[in-house]
Amino acid sequence: MGYTEVMLLPLLHVTSAPLALEPLVRAVTAAGPRDVEDRPGPGAVATFAGLVRDVNLGRRVIRLTYEAHEALALRAFARINREVIERWPSVRLALHHRVGTLEVGEISVAIAAASPHRADAFAACRYTIERVKQIAPIWKREYFEGGDAWIEGATADPDDQAARQEALRRACA
Amino acid sequence: MRVTIRLFAGLHDLAGAAELAREVPAEATVGTVWAMLVKEFPALAPYASSVSGAVNADYARMTSPVRDGDEVAFLPPVSGGQDEC
Repeated sequence: MGYTEVMLLPLLHVTSAPLALEPLVRAVTAAGPRDVEDRPGPGAVATFAGLVRDVNLGRRVIRLTYEAHEALALRAFARINREVIERWPSVRLALHHRVGTLEVGEISVAIAAASPHRADAFAACRYTIERVKQIAPIWKREYFEGGDAWIEGATADPDDQAARQEALRRACA
Repeated sequence: MRVTIRLFAGLHDLAGAAELAREVPAEATVGTVWAMLVKEFPALAPYASSVSGAVNADYARMTSPVRDGDEVAFLPPVSGGQDEC
């Protein structure tokens, strides 16, 4: 992938196409306008891939269907990106989430966080997945042996500061 | 006035539609639209305490006004995840 193709890859994305980590890694580590600011380039990239697990709540999972309010999800991703940059100003983040039907083992969410130093990259990556789980308007329907069900959790309130603090705690930040 | 209502995940299943066009009164709020939906689809009622609303892809309160042509979305709680440090 050349520089131009990397730049065409959106850093924040909701897509029905299969996900991979490598394009995100290239996107967050590519040389770009930031380099003219005389800041250090990336020295570390932490990545996370969330996979469709074969067992959940004691049930054998066959596949999942993810449904998103795409426009709202992208706004949630932009908010998470702002929060990351506020806490770790050196981090460059890519966050992609898949929608549609996924088989066991497929990647549902891919994250890459680049930073001059590994501590910030790891923390930002962990923080990002915790916040995605908290506030992204994306739901999964689980198809398991014997039936199917929407998996629902806590109410998504992006302004809930306690949730944000919990995500920071989990990021060990 | 007329609004487009979008329903996600479990709400979409219970109402049997992901998108509905409905006439709502002038002065309607997100809460008014939700109350109309529950009247039409009583199975949605248990979501009253957990549902979130959004107007034109921006989170909104139940007291937020809606205008002609708005997209009013109702969102059940998200999937979450409990993995610990």
